[in-house]
Amino acid sequence: MDFHLTKQQEMVRKMYREFAETEVKPLAEEIDEEERFPMETVEKMAKLGMMGIYFPKEYGGAGGDVLSYAMCVEELAKVCGTTAVIVSAHTSLCCAPIFEHGTEEQKKKYLPDLLSGRKIGAFGLTEPGAGTDASGQQTTAVLEGDHYVLNGTKCFITNGTVAETLVVFAMTDKSKGNHGISAFIVEKSFPGFSVGKHEKKMGIRGSSTCDLIFEDCIVPKENLLGKEGGGFKIAMMTLDGGRIGIAAQALGLGEGAINEAVKYTQERVQFKKRLSQFQNTQFQLADMHTRMQAAQYLVYAAAMKKQNHEPYSMDAAMAKLFAAESASDVTRRAVQLFGGYGYTREYPVERMMRDAKITEIYEGTSEVQRMVISSHLGVK
Amino acid sequence: MKIIVCVKQVPDTSGKVAVNPDGTLNRASMAAITNPDDLNAVEAALVLKEQTGAEVIVVSMGPPPAEGMLREVMARGVDRAILVSAREFGGSDTYATSQILAAAIDKIGVDKDDIVMCGRQAIDGDTAQVGPQIAEKLGLPQVSYAAEITKEGDTITVKRMLEDGYMTIKVKTPCLITCIKELNTPRYMSVGGVYECYSKPYEIFDYNTLKDHPFIDKDTIGLSGSPTNILTSFTPPQKGAGMMLEGADKATCDKLAGILAAKHMI
Repeated sequence: MDFHLTKQQEMVRKMYREFAETEVKPLAEEIDEEERFPMETVEKMAKLGMMGIYFPKEYGGAGGDVLSYAMCVEELAKVCGTTAVIVSAHTSLCCAPIFEHGTEEQKKKYLPDLLSGRKIGAFGLTEPGAGTDASGQQTTAVLEGDHYVLNGTKCFITNGTVAETLVVFAMTDKSKGNHGISAFIVEKSFPGFSVGKHEKKMGIRGSSTCDLIFEDCIVPKENLLGKEGGGFKIAMMTLDGGRIGIAAQALGLGEGAINEAVKYTQERVQFKKRLSQFQNTQFQLADMHTRMQAAQYLVYAAAMKKQNHEPYSMDAAMAKLFAAESASDVTRRAVQLFGGYGYTREYPVERMMRDAKITEIYEGTSEVQRMVISSHLGVK
Repeated sequence: MKIIVCVKQVPDTSGKVAVNPDGTLNRASMAAITNPDDLNAVEAALVLKEQTGAEVIVVSMGPPPAEGMLREVMARGVDRAILVSAREFGGSDTYATSQILAAAIDKIGVDKDDIVMCGRQAIDGDTAQVGPQIAEKLGLPQVSYAAEITKEGDTITVKRMLEDGYMTIKVKTPCLITCIKELNTPRYMSVGGVYECYSKPYEIFDYNTLKDHPFIDKDTIGLSGSPTNILTSFTPPQKGAGMMLEGADKATCDKLAGILAAKHMI
């Protein structure tokens, strides 16, 4: 197995790192505190091609690869979990399904604006009664002549308030269960579409999370994504890819917390010694780093499999499961190393701990990842 | 129209500077970066490219690993890169370096509407000599310390930033401009740029490429052609950050007068 990055991957990571340190880190505390969506950062990322990293140039993408996308989310998350998930949800949950399942007309119509970052994308699957059990969709889509009429409510939609293009799921035939779910490309301007309540969250507080409301929303027939009844498959395939993004976010959060803890423990003095001189600190940081390094291998392997068009569903599930649980553990331990200061909002580690928790929940909880992994093992 | 930008890979002297026993810099022990002022020159060239459609070519003299730096500037939008690299060129001081770079630039060709740009100075040697020497050797008018550049037709207006004020001058192309950090903020590499940069034109000018140029002679290049002897190397002391007072009211003026009086300046 080749563990070496290509020259381009090394170079692009350097760029992400510089960008994250200079443009993203200085805003992280403020957008968390004020629960403000960092639109100015999105505009800067758009100019650099970060909103369409692994898509072909013919559709307005940057022509990069899936691993360089994962590294982008990772580097952003090292300093700001919010900014990382904006890129991840936009890329994996909106651009990817349109690119992978859209018709040529749909790709030409929607991808250039999304991949260049002129428009932000979102994904509407979750409903109040259909979270982990995504098959319990209540939103309906009824074909009436040249358009579908959508009715229902989606919740917890990342990028919801700012997205102009959304991939949305609805039941076209309730009698068929999962096979009755269809996917649609919805524009914010479609009549009958509106954005509902904005969630107040524990972490990733700068990211937009809200309800989507469909009241006799008119969606042109040509905006059906894939085949009628093929939506559940599209949703599951999309989430496989999304898990690489969230795993990369978790990875970055854990690594970012380690960076902060290494710095802090070399400065903080107790009992006339730097904290870093205590064996407990050394062993804690050694364990933390080892966990995140293992997570990085899993995340990168899943990204490379997706890039090479190999089956990667189980790899993405393992990467997300392990990276998310490691990030929660590592950020919590980082707070402990900081002691009382770690519990204050003066230092970034408490924010990282709050941000890390969501990676165990969204785009498939850790329990769902275990279901995916065990089903691949044939354990039923 | 072409804009030829000279760039140099330098050791990162923002941290601790390592010096060899003979007084020269221990480059191997420090991270290599693109000279910061040179990135301002690259940025200025890219801005002019956006305005005029000019081709931007970077030229660097250095060992083969400098290719990585040149690819990085191409990832920012530069069209073409040339690395001037040969054993015979090693050990060159500013005189010999400008001799070789001038020959390389002359080989690329400086036409009537072309511009040559350099950073003001490299952070390893701090001499600020190579740019002006290239201009002299190529017989180009030169404008140093550019803090603002505007181009209209074949006339370029440059605002020079000097220790005690500004000087605005006009110059006709072809010319050479040296750039300072106040000129602009260098752009980042773009993702698309990174994935394109290895397919952009990249050439090496070695000794054989340049040996027939009148500037290239054993006595004018390399260590033997370098009149400079290094007495000692040291990190220059940090200048104070300065103090900014804002406001045009009496209280601010009184405060300023108080500070100057306390320093016995008035």
